[in-house]
Amino acid sequence: MTRHTLSVLVEDKPGVLTRVASLFARRAFNINSLAVGPTEVPGVSRMTVVVDAEGDLIEQVTKQLNKLINVIKIVELVAENSVQRDHILVKVRADAATRLQVTQAADLFRASVVDVSTDSLTIEATGHPEKLSALLNVLEPFGVREIVQSGTLAIGRGSRSMSDRALRTLSA
Amino acid sequence: MSKGSPISPSLMATKLPGHGAVAESPVPNTPAGVSAVQGPNNVVVPTPMTGSEAIVRSLEELGVKDVFGLPGGAILPTYDPLLASSLNHILVRHEQGAGHAAEGYAQVTGKVGVCIATSGPGATNLVTAIMDAHMDSVPMVAITGQVSSGVIGTDAFQEADIVGITMPITKHSYLVTNPNDIPRVLAEAFHLAATGRPGPVLVDVAKDAQQAQMTFSWPPTIDLPGYRPVFRGHSKQLREAARLIATAKRPVFYVGGGVLKAHASSELLALAELAGAPVVTTLMARGAFPDSHAQHVGMPGMHGSVSAVTALQQSDLLITLGARFDDRVTGVLNTFAPGAKIIHADIDPAEISKNRTADVPIVGSVKEIIPDLTQAVQLEFEQVGKPDLTDWWTFLNNLRDTYPLGWTEPDDGLVAPQRVIKRIGELTGPEAVYVSGVGQHQMWSSQFIQYERPHSWLNSGGAGTMGYSVPAAMGAKVGNPDRVVWAIDGDGCFQMTNQELATCAINRIPIKVAVINNSSLGMVRQWQTLFYEGRYSNTDLNTGHDTMRIPDFVKLADAYGCVGLRCERAEDIDATIEAALAINDRPVVIDFVVSPNSMVWPMVPAGVSNDQIQVARNLTPVWEEED
Repeated sequence: MTRHTLSVLVEDKPGVLTRVASLFARRAFNINSLAVGPTEVPGVSRMTVVVDAEGDLIEQVTKQLNKLINVIKIVELVAENSVQRDHILVKVRADAATRLQVTQAADLFRASVVDVSTDSLTIEATGHPEKLSALLNVLEPFGVREIVQSGTLAIGRGSRSMSDRALRTLSA
Repeated sequence: MSKGSPISPSLMATKLPGHGAVAESPVPNTPAGVSAVQGPNNVVVPTPMTGSEAIVRSLEELGVKDVFGLPGGAILPTYDPLLASSLNHILVRHEQGAGHAAEGYAQVTGKVGVCIATSGPGATNLVTAIMDAHMDSVPMVAITGQVSSGVIGTDAFQEADIVGITMPITKHSYLVTNPNDIPRVLAEAFHLAATGRPGPVLVDVAKDAQQAQMTFSWPPTIDLPGYRPVFRGHSKQLREAARLIATAKRPVFYVGGGVLKAHASSELLALAELAGAPVVTTLMARGAFPDSHAQHVGMPGMHGSVSAVTALQQSDLLITLGARFDDRVTGVLNTFAPGAKIIHADIDPAEISKNRTADVPIVGSVKEIIPDLTQAVQLEFEQVGKPDLTDWWTFLNNLRDTYPLGWTEPDDGLVAPQRVIKRIGELTGPEAVYVSGVGQHQMWSSQFIQYERPHSWLNSGGAGTMGYSVPAAMGAKVGNPDRVVWAIDGDGCFQMTNQELATCAINRIPIKVAVINNSSLGMVRQWQTLFYEGRYSNTDLNTGHDTMRIPDFVKLADAYGCVGLRCERAEDIDATIEAALAINDRPVVIDFVVSPNSMVWPMVPAGVSNDQIQVARNLTPVWEEED
């Protein structure tokens, strides 16, 4: 299985997330993660879909996504030419004795403490999935109580914008 | 320059305007500059009206003449203005009938078929027909009423999330809660249904949106930034295809239903005659190329002719036009046409290389691609000469002569169903429309009726919907009132949707129904005979010879105001068909009592290679004769 990151521009219409998600389900494609949000273009949302797929299958995934009427454009972002980030919030057991060690560990990953109580710390971190999993490994011995993680966000490197061409088509 | 790359050039072609001219005229088969809004595009200045009046008015402006439906609570507001409109609404007896009727209508007219139902069970009764239209790419718009927007999501009376239910089986769908959206949504629905790869579009309209006031104007502006089907084939690919055609030794035209959807039969004839290669027409493409043409070698697939199946298996080049390498055609995929290079032309890029990798993919409408390819092949032939296909034709002609389609007379003294079907075709002729259900009678109808013209053969191919025949024939007769329309049905299928005989009788839609009554679910029974040691689990329907005859199809026809006829002897077949052909003021139902033991041959058993085709039970062609 190879991991592919697809950036998908979609019309911001009701049901579009369902359409994309149900397409993956019925065509038996595996979604690794999915993140959705608005873009700089009003009415256009962007989904970042991370897919596990063998060889030719990714082409079929993309073609099927393209058939959805609300999908405007799809680009595959490869690691070398893009910035890819996940976002995580972790609640770790930390009392007076261990609090310093936990915050030091967080510092090493340039993570920040966003909440504190007498027996826990909540740490926020952003990074490539590998970095976040390394952070979790370090925090594990202290006792991880709760994790919430976003899907991967990805953007191409350089000055060009993915929506440039889509925008032009929209206004044409 | 570092923005990541598209997956493949063919993908980009689907969403980015390639040819400037094409991007400006997204409607296929119409001159450039024609509006994406269907119909005459009359200008209607802003006029106040209700949402339901806007639905009816939009349908009128879109050029709709006939619609099929059944009212209920949530669509009631729309049925009121319908009464005064120019639309011919045909009241069906079950919403599934409306759906299949819309399909039959669409397939013979080339126009979008329209069906209307209420919310909840009314809408879910359409689901089978919508799925059928989706599998066979039939242009259809289904309009359903929905509960008022304020109570959506509360499990209100007759509430069903029909947009959610049909999402996987529609090309697109809409939930309308703002009445001002109605004209645009309907115009978009018709545009989506008819263009590109056709398919069903559902428009679900909340009851309060039907009742509310809105301002109607026409034509609306279609806003579909993500929908840009490609119509012209890529010229480089066309040249490459022409090069392969000019050098192939054993080329075959593998013609699918897309050629009919694109109305490209005459273009196909020109290309095929230029290339001189054999043509096979799939179940969905019967009639796209005349059966009587010397180059037609039959239907491929599980019940295809030996010549057609073998032509594909032995080919070195498949010129695939609007076909999709369905499992019923290919058999075990990795043994299908192992020596063939693949040219694959289809309007849906997702079909290309889905099942079989294409060597030359061509995305576009075959209506545009075939003439362009003809031109490219002509050019290629002028440069390198026409290939000599004599050996190939000798081989195929030998197969055609040795293994013609035929049948053995049943051993129980009952009539052979194949004979009945063959005679219906011979006595009625190629100008008629033949609509089958699903099962043995469907295969025999595809085998033993000669199809000479496009859109003369309708059936449920991808979905395999039992019960398709009677309502689809009804829709076909409404669309083609001057043609004889035969529903060739099975006794199992017929019992699923025969309530539409009432619709036909009352609305004077004189279809002819031939029930090929073998008193069983015949195709399932055939598999039980062949693969389950003759253990006939739940396939006996008791409608035939020496059974309880429940129901009695002749009495049933009579009860529905149709003429009921019964034929039990081979010598009566012609007279019965002629009697049916003479009746044109009412529907006719003929109960053809036939043998349950007749089987569909040839057959490629499921799960084996097409090379294992059997012409009769345990009888495989003798390939040694090849040389």
